This record gives sequence, C-alpha cells and structure tokens, in this order.
Amino acid sequence: MTTNATDAAIERLLFEREIEKFLYREAELLDDRRYNDWIELIAEDIHYHMPVRRNVKFGEQHRENSDSESEISWFDEGKRTLAGRVRQINTGLHWAEEPFSRVRHLITNIQVGDLDGDEVPVRSNFYCWSNRLRDEVNVFVGTRQDVLRRDPETGFKIAKRLILLDQNVLLSKVITTFF
Amino acid sequence: MVNIIKSRGDRSLRDLVDLEKGTVAREIYVNEEIYQQELEQIYTRAWLFIGHESQVPNPGDFVMSRMGEEEVLLVRDRKNKLHVFLNTCRHRGMKVCRYDDGNTLLFTCPFHGWSYDTDGALVGVPHHKAAFHEELIKADWGLHEVPQMANYFGSIWATWDPKAPSFLDYMGVFAPTIQWCFQSTDGEDNGVELFNPATKWRIPTNWKFPGFSFDGDSAHAAMTHRSVNVAAIGPQGDMEGGSRAGMKAPFPKTSYEMMIPELGHGGHNYMFEQPGVSDYADTWQTEPKEVDEYYRETRAKKQEKYKDVYLHAGDGGTALIWPNVNIQPQRILIWHPHGVGMTESWRQYPVDKNAPKVVKDAQRRYMMRYGGPTGVTESDDMENWNYAFPASLGTVAQRLPYNFQMGLGHDFKDDRLPGMTFNYRIAEENQRARLRRWLEFMEAGSWDDLYPVNPKKNTDK
Repeated sequence: MTTNATDAAIERLLFEREIEKFLYREAELLDDRRYNDWIELIAEDIHYHMPVRRNVKFGEQHRENSDSESEISWFDEGKRTLAGRVRQINTGLHWAEEPFSRVRHLITNIQVGDLDGDEVPVRSNFYCWSNRLRDEVNVFVGTRQDVLRRDPETGFKIAKRLILLDQNVLLSKVITTFF
Repeated sequence: MVNIIKSRGDRSLRDLVDLEKGTVAREIYVNEEIYQQELEQIYTRAWLFIGHESQVPNPGDFVMSRMGEEEVLLVRDRKNKLHVFLNTCRHRGMKVCRYDDGNTLLFTCPFHGWSYDTDGALVGVPHHKAAFHEELIKADWGLHEVPQMANYFGSIWATWDPKAPSFLDYMGVFAPTIQWCFQSTDGEDNGVELFNPATKWRIPTNWKFPGFSFDGDSAHAAMTHRSVNVAAIGPQGDMEGGSRAGMKAPFPKTSYEMMIPELGHGGHNYMFEQPGVSDYADTWQTEPKEVDEYYRETRAKKQEKYKDVYLHAGDGGTALIWPNVNIQPQRILIWHPHGVGMTESWRQYPVDKNAPKVVKDAQRRYMMRYGGPTGVTESDDMENWNYAFPASLGTVAQRLPYNFQMGLGHDFKDDRLPGMTFNYRIAEENQRARLRRWLEFMEAGSWDDLYPVNPKKNTDK
C-alpha cells in the first residue's frame, strides 16, 4: 500500500470507529434511562419510522413493510412526538414504564456508507432485551437504516431512522423504549 | 341451566356472576375450562366483526381476519361477491393462505396441492383420477364458509351459527350507531375506508379485561392516563395541560353510558337536547391548515344534513358490540381470545374515503401516536389489563370477587330512545350488561335460549 492509500484506509477506519462509538453511546444513554440526553441526539427534522411487517406473496416484497406515505406503522413520527414520549416517561406516571424496565440495546453489524455532504447512511442490527417487574421479558430484534448528520456539539445527529422489527404480530403488549 | 364447571360439583356459573350484588368471581376471567366453554358458547354463536369492504376492493382480493381463536379469510370472489372462509384445507387442515392480504386466482394448499376458487369451491385435487378414482365429490369439500355474513354500510360481520338472528336483530337499537360510525365526517353513509394494515399485538391477559372494560370504564381515564395530561401530549398536541376540553364545542347534550343489557351491547353516547350536531371544534391546529378547513367544511355539511334531526349517538358515539369489538367513528378495536391468559388485539382506523391526502395523513398520524401498543395514551391501558390477570390467579385472590357495583341500581330509561338503558356517563352499567349477556350465552343450549331476548327486571324500570 502506498502511504496515501494507507492514510485513506486509516481515515476510513477512524470514521467508522467514530460512528460505532456514536451508536454505542446512544444505546448507553437509552439503557441508562438518560432520555433527555438521548433526545439531544435527534435532529429536528428526523423521520422515525417503524413499519408494520406484512406476510406477502413472493414477488410482492415491496409491500412487506407498511408505507409511511399512506399506511399504518408502529411508529411514524418526528421529534415533537418523540420528545413528548420522553416527557411522558419522565413524569413517573407512565405506568407502562413505571417502574422502569431493565432495557439493554445490543447494537451489531454496523455498516457505514459513504459520506454525502454532511450526511452518512448507516445500517445496524439491534437486539433489545427488556425485563420488567418480576419476570416479564420482551425481546425486540431487527435492523435499522439511519442517516446520521454531522453535528458540532454531539458529533452526529440522527436525521432519519427506519426500524425494521422482525415481528408480524407484535409479541409484546407495548413498546416503551426507543430503537 | 347448564352446569359448565363440571369439576365443581353442583356449582353453576350463576354462582360466580351475581348481577344483583354486582360481584363477579375472578374465576370467570382465569379458569381454563370456562375459557374453552367461551370459545364454544360465545365465539361460534355471536356475530363477530370481520373487516371492511374497502380492504378487498377488487375481485380476487383477500385479507386475513379472525373469529375467536381461528383465522378466517375475507375474500372478494371473481364475481364480486364477498365470502368469509375458515383458513384451513379440507384435506389435512393446513392453512390454505399464509399471507396477510393480497390478490389471488386460487388458494392452493401448500401441503398436497388441493386448490380452491375464490368462491370457496374445491377446483383442483392432484391425482383426482389416478388415486381418488374420481370418487371424491369436490362439491362436498369446498372451503368452510360462514353460514351467515352481513355487509352493514361497508362493515363486514359474520357468525358461525346458522340459527343466529339476523344481523339487524342482533344489533337492536345499536344498529344506527354502527351505521353512523361508518359515515364520513360529512354524514354520508358508506363514507369511509380503512387504513391498512391492521395492527395486531398480544396482551398477556384474558380477553374480557380489555373487551368488557373498554368503553365501559370511564372511571379509569383520570388515573390510567395521568401521564398524558401531565406531559401535555393529548389529542391537541402541546396544548397546556393536554386537556381535551377545548375539543368540545358547546351543544346541549348529555353523555351517558347507553346499553342494551338484553343484547350485551353498550357504549358512550350523547342524548341531544336539540336537533342537529354541534359546531366544528378546533382540533387540528398543529396540522396543515387544509386539514382544519376540510373538517370544518364536512362538519358544516353534516350540520346542514341533520339540522332538523335528533342525532342521538350520531356525533361521536361509541359502541361495544357484544362480545369483543368496539366501534367508534375513527377507531375499530377488536379483542380476540388467544388462550385464557392471552388477548390478541387488532386495531383498524377508518377515514373519510374522499378526503384529500393531507387530511388522511393527519388523521393517520394522530391515530398512530395515540393508540395501540406504541400509542402514548393506550400503552398505559395495556399495563393495567396485563397485570390484573396474574394478580387474579392466586388461590387466595380467587376467593375475592371483583366489584362491579359502580352505579348499580341507578340505571334508567328515556322515552326519546326506546330500547336503550342509561346510566351516568361514569358507571359500570356497560360492563354489567356484558356480564349479563355473557352468563346467558354460557348457559344457553342454543340461540333458541338467546333470542328473542327475554326482558328482565332492570329493563322494566
């Protein structure tokens, strides 16, 4: 490898490492229930979307995930609603999350795309364990397709997040965590 | 009287449900045998909500639905006729369809290849000549279809019981409420379509906790939903205090629990003190102005249409139709039994079919952030319905009855709505009505014991 090529590879590695650290840090804020700090990582114009996953015939995979433009999703919202959810948890009166559940986000398979201006597409998988009261367990597994945007204060902000939860019928009574 | 609980000697269900005292044994919510009897006595007899014709607009369209624990298919056949079929192959029982919705020419079983036309007829049997020797009579082995189906202003209902009364008889004076719920906001019949897809989720609780308490439990709101108001995330967005009060335009009307105890239906409806409907109320100020303009306009049309008509329950009224579906103008809530301790909740959202996209989008987004397992309001309901179940399972806990006494003995009639029974808007009269019908269904030998209804003392007042 030439020096220039090595420099470029190292720069790329450092960039990917920076994004990984950002995503791990984000997961830590959620698991530590620092929701006010987490919401700071959300861009003002975020589209936070978790579609419903359909069982569809071969050849109709384009219909598998519910369409944000016309259909019903589990989450399909912007920062204002997300911030409202954070306020709700912080009331201490949100019974579905009071007392707090024990939640752990394992973030894996991080794949960083190419920087386009100040935005970069990033894919990652999540395994989210939630244990509640004595023995209630909810497991959420899926993948995320993010667009992260450079930010002088927080490193990045999450400008777009598509969350594909690998469930058809939601096997949990509620989703009170974020992904 | 049929003794359901065989293992308990001569005790009958009537000992468990005391409607005079308003006490109910926890057993009926947690006992496995009673649950199995419910599937037989209630879910194979009652008219059940299946879906809406807008879900299957074209010939060959189908959508998965459910009756009790069992999957059914709502299908529009190639001649445009609607059918409801049990999703099971007549040969060895495999699901003939494993898609949530779609369009097809045939339902072909993936096990041995029996295939059925969209009208349910068995049309293809591999080796029919060589192996069945053409002795299999295909006409006898079509998909199992409900004996009775009704299309009521676009909403589709069905029952497994050929002897069940007609849908209109089953609905009684609640039929107009259902009609109104499927009107567009300008008061036109058949004016809505349903957003797709239905959302479906599991709540670890008996189906009667949500099924009987939803729309029969105004008392829960202040406590269960306290966080919604404190966080100011109610229907009007960030309005201070999150109060809904601003949504209600003044109009001389009184909210009641209204029910037909003889049929088990009940909801929250208005008694209007004058004809017509109330003025438009600002509800959409956080959305683009076209949304506000659209609903203002449709409201004006509805006001014009009904200016001389008393529209009791026609302006935001709700209906829990026995046994497990709640119909509201913008929400349909279904609580399917899924084992004694599990409920599979299905939710669908109607919207004016002729509304512009901006309006449909606003309506859709509001419903998504409000309702269901990811809704800011309803998530707290799930927690309460969930944990009431295990806390009722204990040996000692089961010695303690539930209290259904709120408003007991304070029901009354009003000549303006004959056939309807009333109670104060915060009462448990709707829940007692469901429990009464529950007891009747569980004891009945057949529909002969259930209809025509036998008016009882609390309807004679």
